Amino acid sequence: MNPVIVISVADNVGTALETLEPGRVVTRDAAAITVRERIPRGHKIALAAIAAGAPVIKYGNSIGTATSEIAAGAHVHTHNVSSARGRGDLASRREVPQDGRIAEPPDDRRNA
Amino acid sequence: MSAPVFQGYRRPDGRVGTRNHVLVVPTVICASVVAERVAAAVAPIGTALPHTAGCGQLGPDMHVTHDTLAAYCGHPTVGAVLVIALGCEQVVAQRLAEAARAAGKPAEIVAIQSEGGTVRATARATSIARAMAADLARTPREACDVSSLILSVKCGGSDYTSGLASNPALGLVADRLVDLGGSAVLGEIAEIMGAEHLLAARAPNAETAGRLLRVINRVESEAMALGLDIRGTQPSPGNIRGGLTTIEEKSLGATHKGGERTPLADVVPYAGRITRKGLTVMDTPGLDVESVTGMVGGGAQVVVFTTGLGTPTGNPIAPVIKITGNARTAASMADNIDLDVSGVLDDRETLDAAAARLFDDVLAVASGKETATERLGFREFAIHRRNPTI
Repeated sequence: MNPVIVISVADNVGTALETLEPGRVVTRDAAAITVRERIPRGHKIALAAIAAGAPVIKYGNSIGTATSEIAAGAHVHTHNVSSARGRGDLASRREVPQDGRIAEPPDDRRNA
Repeated sequence: MSAPVFQGYRRPDGRVGTRNHVLVVPTVICASVVAERVAAAVAPIGTALPHTAGCGQLGPDMHVTHDTLAAYCGHPTVGAVLVIALGCEQVVAQRLAEAARAAGKPAEIVAIQSEGGTVRATARATSIARAMAADLARTPREACDVSSLILSVKCGGSDYTSGLASNPALGLVADRLVDLGGSAVLGEIAEIMGAEHLLAARAPNAETAGRLLRVINRVESEAMALGLDIRGTQPSPGNIRGGLTTIEEKSLGATHKGGERTPLADVVPYAGRITRKGLTVMDTPGLDVESVTGMVGGGAQVVVFTTGLGTPTGNPIAPVIKITGNARTAASMADNIDLDVSGVLDDRETLDAAAARLFDDVLAVASGKETATERLGFREFAIHRRNPTI
């Protein structure tokens, strides 16, 4: 059994199905990747170098942005990946769109 | 091969139940304890909806409470309804009883104040509930087409196995059910964030896709408007320990459970009635109990709940099937887990074989097989609210 599962050919990270110790060599297709640091079971390993600011790809889609350069074989997690979504702490305050409030009932049911 | 069937309860309004409960509904938090005592006297056929709302609520929240309770009163897993009122609350007991009667079910109201206190109210309501339970016990199950099923797909306590094994297996079940003419409902808007483009692409028209994107934008904007970083909440601390890094990663894994190809048929409000075949997205929060409460309110008669870390969550009226792709959780929380699909990850089982087992279990549970949540009495119920209590 391959200890790293990769879902899409576009992915630049894989998921460790068991804890990987530094120095272990894992493969993706024909390529060999040396594990650089301990990667706990269920966590992600970089399958190739990822530049700071580049998207981290899993399931063939971006799961966030690298916040520093990530070497192949490195642990990829919250210390070096940041979400691009829901970051109210970074944004200027933005108005909640009222037309999106589909949960409100139509007018004829109010005060019924 | 003939289409698969399950043994269900046909209701006068054309819907089909998987259970046949006497539902004891408090209008307001103040009546919740009486409702629980009455339901316990006729358990397990009797089940209550204890809740913390029903008074002191502002307009939109009041409507959500009313509509959610009314949706449960009309739900096909319910055979008879007993409303426990206090007498001075906002929720109108008669409207709940009317929702049950409109669906062809017997309904009665017992009000604590007019009955002369909780002792008399409990005694009278228990006597009514016993008579209702005796009547329902005689209702036979009949062979019903799977096209009458609405499957709620849910994940909670997710870890890396959720997106790799249990959610893809559930997605295949959702696709198969929709192929057979049935429906699936996916909630948890915050956990679609990052994967919405994949669902929107499955909408039959721009209008439906637009409704999905607007509701996602609203949830994201609410966090933005508060100046908050959603990362403190999504993914949860347990998700992060389990290897999930961002909400996008969690969402991409979570959205698998809605199938890979079923059309996005509709987007509905919290506990709004699910009327379309195919996949419906419901506007629910990610919080497990509020989310399941809403999707069952919309009409789902079976819930499949995938979990990596293990959770107890059930529902008062609908069976909740727990599946995990984590072999350790399957062993360590065996009491709470119905199905183990961890073989998908270490090549003991194919994804198709795991999905086939799950589909068979959905039909068995729809036909009356008891789930872990039912066996252990997990019947959590929580109505979503947006605004403060005043």
